[in-house]
Order: sequence, then C-alpha cells, then structure tokens
Amino acid sequence: MADAQPILPPMVISTESENSRPMVQALHDWIVTVDHKKLGLMYFLYGIFFLVIGGVEAAIMRAQLAVANNHLVSPETFNRLFTMHGTTMIFFAAMPIVFGFANYLMPLMIGARDMAFPRLNAWSFWMSALGGIILYFSYIGGFGLYGAGSAPDIGWFAYAPLTSPAFSVGHSTDYWIIGILVSGFGSIGTALNILTTILCMRCPGMTLNRMPMFAWLNSVMALLVLVAIGPLTAAQIMLLIDRYLGGHFFDTQAGGSAVIWMHFFWIFGHPEVYILVLPAFAIISEVIPVFSRKPIFGYNIMVAATVAIGFISLSVWAHHMFTIGMTSYANAFFVASTAAISVPTGIKIFNWLGTMWGGKIRFAVPMMFCLAFLCQFLIAGLTGIMLAAAPFNWQLSNSYFVIAHFHYVILGGIVMAVFAGAYYWYPKVTGKLLNETLGKWHFWLFVIGFHLTFDFMHIPGILGMPRRIYTYDASRGWEMWNLIVSIGVIFQILGILFWVINLLWTHYRGAAAGPDPWDAWTLEWHTTSPPPDYNFAELPVVRSRRPLWDLKHPEDPDWKYE
Amino acid sequence: MAAATITVPPSEMPLAPSYRGKVGMWFLITAESAIFIIFVVAYLYYAGKSINGPTPAQVLDVPWFNSVCLFSSSLTILIAEHALQQGKIKRFSLFWFLTIALGVIFLVGTGREWYGLIYHDGLTISSSLFGTTFYSLVGLHAFHVIVGVTGLTIILLLSLFGAVKQEHSARVSVFAMYWHFVDAIWVVVLSVVYFIAR
Repeated sequence: MADAQPILPPMVISTESENSRPMVQALHDWIVTVDHKKLGLMYFLYGIFFLVIGGVEAAIMRAQLAVANNHLVSPETFNRLFTMHGTTMIFFAAMPIVFGFANYLMPLMIGARDMAFPRLNAWSFWMSALGGIILYFSYIGGFGLYGAGSAPDIGWFAYAPLTSPAFSVGHSTDYWIIGILVSGFGSIGTALNILTTILCMRCPGMTLNRMPMFAWLNSVMALLVLVAIGPLTAAQIMLLIDRYLGGHFFDTQAGGSAVIWMHFFWIFGHPEVYILVLPAFAIISEVIPVFSRKPIFGYNIMVAATVAIGFISLSVWAHHMFTIGMTSYANAFFVASTAAISVPTGIKIFNWLGTMWGGKIRFAVPMMFCLAFLCQFLIAGLTGIMLAAAPFNWQLSNSYFVIAHFHYVILGGIVMAVFAGAYYWYPKVTGKLLNETLGKWHFWLFVIGFHLTFDFMHIPGILGMPRRIYTYDASRGWEMWNLIVSIGVIFQILGILFWVINLLWTHYRGAAAGPDPWDAWTLEWHTTSPPPDYNFAELPVVRSRRPLWDLKHPEDPDWKYE
Repeated sequence: MAAATITVPPSEMPLAPSYRGKVGMWFLITAESAIFIIFVVAYLYYAGKSINGPTPAQVLDVPWFNSVCLFSSSLTILIAEHALQQGKIKRFSLFWFLTIALGVIFLVGTGREWYGLIYHDGLTISSSLFGTTFYSLVGLHAFHVIVGVTGLTIILLLSLFGAVKQEHSARVSVFAMYWHFVDAIWVVVLSVVYFIAR
C-alpha cells in the first residue's frame, strides 16, 4: 500500500559497529563501494585534495609575480604552473567537488535509496580519479620540450597551433589530452546518472514541482555536462589525430584552422563554467531559505531562470574570442547573447534577496558564506558584463582584468558556496557540528584574503598587464598592485588552515548534531546523521516542497498554500 | 509526532524502475550525439578546403550495399526484441545473430572501401584535409559499430548458454537502443559525406 504511508520520524533498522573492522577491510569497502554517499564523499575529498595542490601552484605563481624581475621560477616552469593550475582547478578540483555534493545529497533529497545506476556511479568516480592521476603523472613521466619530467605547458585551453607536434614535442601535451579525456567519460557517466535518478526515482508525491531547488539545478547542470563535454572530447580526439596520425584539423598549412580549436574548446568551455556555477547556486538556494526561516522566493521563476541560463550558456562561447577577428555580425551576436544571460542570473539574485527579505536571518557560518557569495557573485557578474562589451573586451582581453573577473566568480562565488555547503551539510555527513568560532575565523580570513587578491587584481589588468607572463619590469607600474595581490594569498591560506583546524577539532571534540541541527525542511534531514547505508528506513511520502515543515507543523502544512 | 496518513494520487507516484535503463540510454545517446555533431561540423566546415589530394567526387562511391545492410540490421534487431518479449528465445537468437552478421558485413565493407581509398586512390588520414575529416568521422562511426557488435556478441553468447530469458527483454531493449542510435548516426554520416559534401 505505497500510497498511504505516513511520514515517520527518522529511524534506523540496524546498527553496525564499523569501528571493529580491520583497516584493510574498511579500505576495501571504500574502494569497491557503489554507495552514493561514500562515492560522493570520495569525490569531495578528491576535489579538496586537488584544490590544495592547485592552490600551491597558484601560490608559487603569486610568489614569482609579487615583485618585478623576479627569478623564483623559470619561465618554462611558470608556463607549466599556470597550465596545471587552471586544468587542475577546473577538472580535478571544482568538478569533483560539484559531483561530490550532487552524489551525496541528491538521492537523499528526493527520497531515494541510491542513484539510478550505482555501479556506473562507481565507474564514473574512478574514471575521473584516473584522469587526475594521468595528468599529474606528467610531472614524473612526461617528456616535453625541456626533457623528461615535464607537465603540460600549453595553457589550460591548449590553443592550436601551440599544441601541434611541431611546437609541443614529446608527450607533456598528451598527458593533458588523455587525462581530461578519461575524466570526461566519468563526467558523462555521473551526469546521466543524476538525470536518470531525478527523473525516475523521486519518492511518492514528489512531483518535479516539489523537488528541492538543489535537484533542479543539478539536473540542468547534468544536461549541460552531457551536451558540453562531447565537444571537448571530440576536439581532443581531433588533436590526438593531428599529433599522432598526421591529421590536419588544426594545421593551417594544410588548409586547417587553429581558430576552429578555439570554437570547439569554448563551445565546451563556456557551458563548463555554468556546470560549475549552477551547483553553487544549488547550495545557496538550499542554505539561504533555512537561515532566513523562509521558503525560497519565487520557486517557479527560479526553475525557469535556471533552464534559461542553461540554454543561453550554450550560445555565448565566442565571447572568449572577440579579439581573433570574427565578423562584426558574429561579435554582435555574442555580445547580445552574453548580455542576455545576465537577465535570468539577475532574476536569481533578486529572488535570493527576496527570500531573505522579511525573514529572520541567522548569521551562522553557512549563511555568512552565502552572503559573501551574493555580494561577490554580483560584482563578478558586473565585470562579466563589462567584458561582454566587445570593444571593452578588445582592450582587456588576455589581461589580468579577465583573470580577476573569472576568479571572482570561481573563488568569490563558487568556492564560497562550497564552503557554505560544507559547513551546512557537515553535520549530516559526520554527525558532528563544526565549531562556529573557528568557522568565523576561516570566513573572515578567507574573505579578507580574497578581496586583497582579487579586488586589486583588476588594476594591473586595466594598466595593461597581460596574462601568463612570468615576470615584468618595475617601470610598468604594476609592482605595488602585484604585491598586494600576492599578500592576499597568505590570508587565504590562513583561512583554509583554520578550516583544517576546525575539521580536526570537530573530529575529536565536536558536539553531536542529531538528524536535523539547522531545523531545515528537505528530506536529507529526515534520517540519522550520518545516514544509514539504505538512507531511509521507509521511503518517505511527500505532499509539498518542504516535507519536514509539514511534519513539524501539522497544523499549518505547506500543501495548503502551494 | 502526528503520523498523518498521506494519500498520493497516481499522477504523483514515481515511474517504474525498468524505465531507468531507457532513460539512461537516451542521455548517453545525447552525449554521444554531441561528439558526433562536432565531427560533422568539422567535416562540413572543411569541405572543399583541402589544398591537395583527391576530391570526394573523384574517389567516393555511395556505399549502397553496406548501408542497406546496416539499416536492415535495425529491422532484424527489432524483430529480435519482439521475439524476446514474447518469450521466443530461439527466434530471438536467430534474429540477434542476423543483426550481428549484418553489422559485420558493414564493417567488412567499410574496410574494403578504405583499402581501395588508401592503396588505389592515395587518400589517407594525413594526405589531405578531406582525408583527415573523412577517416575521422567515418572511423568514429565504425568504432561505435565495433563496440555495438561486441556487445551484441556478448548477449548472443549469453543467450546461447540459455542465460537470456523473457524477463530480460527490457534490458536487452536498452542495448538495442544503442544499436538503433548507431544506425541513425549512419543516416547522418551517409548524407553528409556521400551526398551533401561530395
């Protein structure tokens, strides 16, 4: 009688004492697991690991650029650093973190026991992990232009003809190609898993209209993955054919075109950044309502805006190519589409504000990160609109203004949302609450460091400092700004350090969280912390967008108003 | 903790689990189509832009026989699927085998076509832009045919050992969707390479 089940309080059918297992067996369990929670956690930890490595690469670059005419690292090493930093952060830090959140939380939120294809889930994770290992193996095994042990140095977007066999001898470029190719297969697997799970495995009563915003945003993200990773895979296969089979896809001397690599790459590359930002929106859309004590403002419009962003993001790619000499008609089209995408994005920002308006805001650490996200993402969007104006772009393309813009989105937006989500869902995953004081230290140190670095980074950009230069002369007038930018990195590192201290402190002394420490409303809070392997003792039945509100307030349920 | 009984109308009940495989396969097809579209775009963009080498009109003949074989294999696999749904295992195995045979004929035919192009016409993947785009696009499709034939053979072997039964028909249909997709891609590749851009 699946249609007449009450929502029961969280209960556990059996308990296992995991502590009594030998280490080898525990490790084996993690390696062979198909449980979405374990895989989600592995994705997340994998991403955080590479976030730190990418951060080290960035720190070395900032140390090199802090003063003029510096010789901390050679230009060759610097080229490898910016290539590996970008590639690592996008493919092996941000994407795994995004997939980690989706994997862990989405089945819980829709009242399912696991993803639609658990074995595919495991395969996808290990493929993604393999990709990162392949890329980093290049440091040891890659034979590049400068001898053995050489990572790729072609930039994270690997423009042709630099990647042609003539200009990138050896194999360092091939590690870039194959590492990302392999992880791309994993991404496609996860994306189709997410979509199938959402379409087929929602619990009884959960129509698409009652799904949490998190599920909607991650499904649009997954659809973008399916459509956008293909072009990158195709372009990389073409590059391999050029490099090893004598192909001419990007070989201008045979009639090919280097520009077509740019088109194919950015047809992937622009939707990719929306793949990263939509899950950040997902986290924000879950945290802000709970800490404003109000349901999300304008749920339907938020969903529509998300779908609109997904569609439009497929049509803006050549705003990365304004300076290569496209026709004015092409330039105008991409200016218009890029400007257009700001409309649904702006709608979302107003709706988040509308959620907070009239609410009772609780300034816990997750909410603080959300508020920082709102301010910073807004500014990032504004510099984005500036860059969308082609003539303005002609002045600032390939300058530090662009670097400042996209780091504002990624660090000021996406990473803030990741921190918000980490503090919000940490008690669910581990059963303990992170320390609020240490969390606030983390927040303030990181935000101060972020602003020192990326606010001031706009200025050398406007003053003409190009990207990817390994040093500059003092007479350019960039030195003071670069020094401030580099000092900001120290504060960011300290912020992360406080996060690590918080994790350690909580592991040993953290307070027990219980199933629902934040008094939230979505189904993941309806089970124990951490959830049992089977997620729910009995699959929930829902009648509104906030099933736990209905449970806690049976005299005033949401379904009377929806 | 009031346990209010909640009645869920049928329109709000979740979809059947056996549906999952088909939904997942549709999404895989979406992702694969994205890869093929880029190769087709490259083919069309570079059509006529080779600076040397034989032109498509000079060396390409429409592979009628191969194409008919591949399109027929979609029919035989459909018959096989229906046979399995009705529990007719032998009929299923027969038509499944015919599908594999037609797929192999297609691959052999493609191989022979390429042999002629390489050794008689001097068209290789590195000889010209046309060669690069031709072998890449047709080769990518042929690779997917090989993967399909491999999967089909595994299922045939399983059925010969009696492991494929009527209750597996939904899962077998999911794999058959992949084969239909490979066929549909051939419609596109055939049109683009042998008609539109020749």
